[in-house]
Amino acid sequence: MAQAATTQERSPTLAIQPDGERLLIVFDGAWTTRAITDQDQALADAEVNGCKRVRLSLAGVEALDTTGAWLVYRTSRGFEQQGIEVEVTGADPSHSGLIETVAAHDQPCPAPPPETNALIDLVAYTGRETMEVFAECGRLINFLGHTVSALLRALFNPRSIRVVMLVSHMERAGINALPIVGLISFLIGVVLAYQGADQLARFGAQIFTVNLVGYGVLREMGILLTAIIVAGRSGSAFTAQIGTMKVNEEIDALRTLGLDPMDVLVLPRVLALVLVMPLLTFYADIMGLFGGAVMANIELDISFYQFARQLNTAVPIESFIVGMVKAPIFAFIIAMVGCYEGLKVSRSAESVGERTTAAVVKSIFLVIVLDALASVFFSVIGI
Amino acid sequence: MENGETVIQVTGLRTQFGTQVIHDELDFTVRRGEVMGVVGGSGTGKSVLLREIIGLMPPKAGRIEVLGEDVDSLNEAEAKALQRRWGVLFQDGALFSSLTVAQNIEAPLKEHTKLSLQLRRDIVDLKISFAGLPIDAANKYPSELSGGMRKRAGLARALALDPEILFLDEPTAGLDPIGAAKFDELIGGLQSALGLTVVMVTHDLDSLYAICNRISALVDKRVKVGTIDQLSQETDPWLRDYFGGPRGRAAAKTAERQD
Repeated sequence: MAQAATTQERSPTLAIQPDGERLLIVFDGAWTTRAITDQDQALADAEVNGCKRVRLSLAGVEALDTTGAWLVYRTSRGFEQQGIEVEVTGADPSHSGLIETVAAHDQPCPAPPPETNALIDLVAYTGRETMEVFAECGRLINFLGHTVSALLRALFNPRSIRVVMLVSHMERAGINALPIVGLISFLIGVVLAYQGADQLARFGAQIFTVNLVGYGVLREMGILLTAIIVAGRSGSAFTAQIGTMKVNEEIDALRTLGLDPMDVLVLPRVLALVLVMPLLTFYADIMGLFGGAVMANIELDISFYQFARQLNTAVPIESFIVGMVKAPIFAFIIAMVGCYEGLKVSRSAESVGERTTAAVVKSIFLVIVLDALASVFFSVIGI
Repeated sequence: MENGETVIQVTGLRTQFGTQVIHDELDFTVRRGEVMGVVGGSGTGKSVLLREIIGLMPPKAGRIEVLGEDVDSLNEAEAKALQRRWGVLFQDGALFSSLTVAQNIEAPLKEHTKLSLQLRRDIVDLKISFAGLPIDAANKYPSELSGGMRKRAGLARALALDPEILFLDEPTAGLDPIGAAKFDELIGGLQSALGLTVVMVTHDLDSLYAICNRISALVDKRVKVGTIDQLSQETDPWLRDYFGGPRGRAAAKTAERQD
């Protein structure tokens, strides 16, 4: 047999000695992939030193595998190319068989392509990615068009809406998100109140903490946090679900059955999120205000009644509306990007992961950009 | 290290998923130097048996000995040393998709041996040639290869460390008949040239006739062992249908013609 158990193996040794006209190379021990270390270099460096013949003695070899056989073969090939006669002696029949097998499979593969210049690569990469960003914008707008037209078709023909799917997605994206959205909003309310109280107390204006919490939570924090949580929870789930279907060829199966993936997969998800997100935002607003009120109560001795009255006088209803108006828009963006990335998955498991990351990053980016624009817009029109 | 010595010994194996029993009191042995085919209907746990032997799945009960070592009782270092002595070809090659074919084959060499860079490259080229891949496949990525080529590349990687035992999970599934026959030929040739022991899970009757010395059929949660001739004499309905059905007869005829 070509192999021997590890425990019995002697490590491979090599002796290279001139023997008159002849160079004698003695292989000894176990020449296996596991055992061979630097003998390779010693063999490659072996010089003939004027000898006209070389003898490779394998009598002491107790185990030989393809790596060992390759070294024997390579050594004899090297000498033969220099025009030196080589004889291999003392080889076990199974070993010489292996050496012949290895010799028959000597076909060097082409070297891997050389590394390119890193600087040029960087420039090329930047250029390619920049072009890709513009192309991606175009494709996203195209998908937006498809989604809107599917939405309009569904509105004119409400029976085509898949109610079971819609409700199921509403449950998963909405009800199941209540605990985490509530907890995070509550904590943000606490943080705002605490930080505000600390700063405003220096001016003796503790009561304005209520204004800070009210404006902060209702206008920005409630909706923004909800959007980010939903993008991380549901947007990514949409991409992964649709992407896995794409990998399994389920999307192709839908098409061959005459079903439009836009209607069956995209629309229920987009609609579900658009319906559920304002409710989640409202809930986040309440929890945020509650967190602020609890903190104001503990830190500043502002009672819940005082907090409510101050909130009523200081924060106009428009602030609440400004927050709520953004909810369905952000929901639409998150769901659309999630579905778009899911449909872009190619037929490999790796790309599901890539697309999911891209979906979350893109939707959060778009939501924050839009939020900033909305902030500017509302302040210009004076709300 | 004699041929015929037992290299895999499974005794009293029990596998269970929930309340569903897959294997019960199963015994399975493989001798050095043979090609053992593992057959069985869908859901009889062929691949599961393979995964249990190579330590990817713990069995519910029973003892698994590979190359004289009890797989269950090994510590981490011993288990790693044992794993280096077998190679596994998964169904679709399971190549690392971010590496080229050459890098895939080099990965175990890099990790487990002290060979120099040049020698590693030489060995990679050698294994590519052993697996019958064209030389220009070396620098391609798995996604650029056909199914048959991916299997060959997976085989080259499984052979990288010169294993004593080669496990193959449905090596010819998804290949066209010509490709499948070539793959059988390749495995048979490598087995005799390198003195490998091969354990092969398969559905492919032609492979069984072409290269397997003995066959283990998973029937009634246990294993029935024998040569094809012995198994086709069995009265078990599944075995009778398997070897005596139209496909079984056709494969037998082809094998006869080739003899």
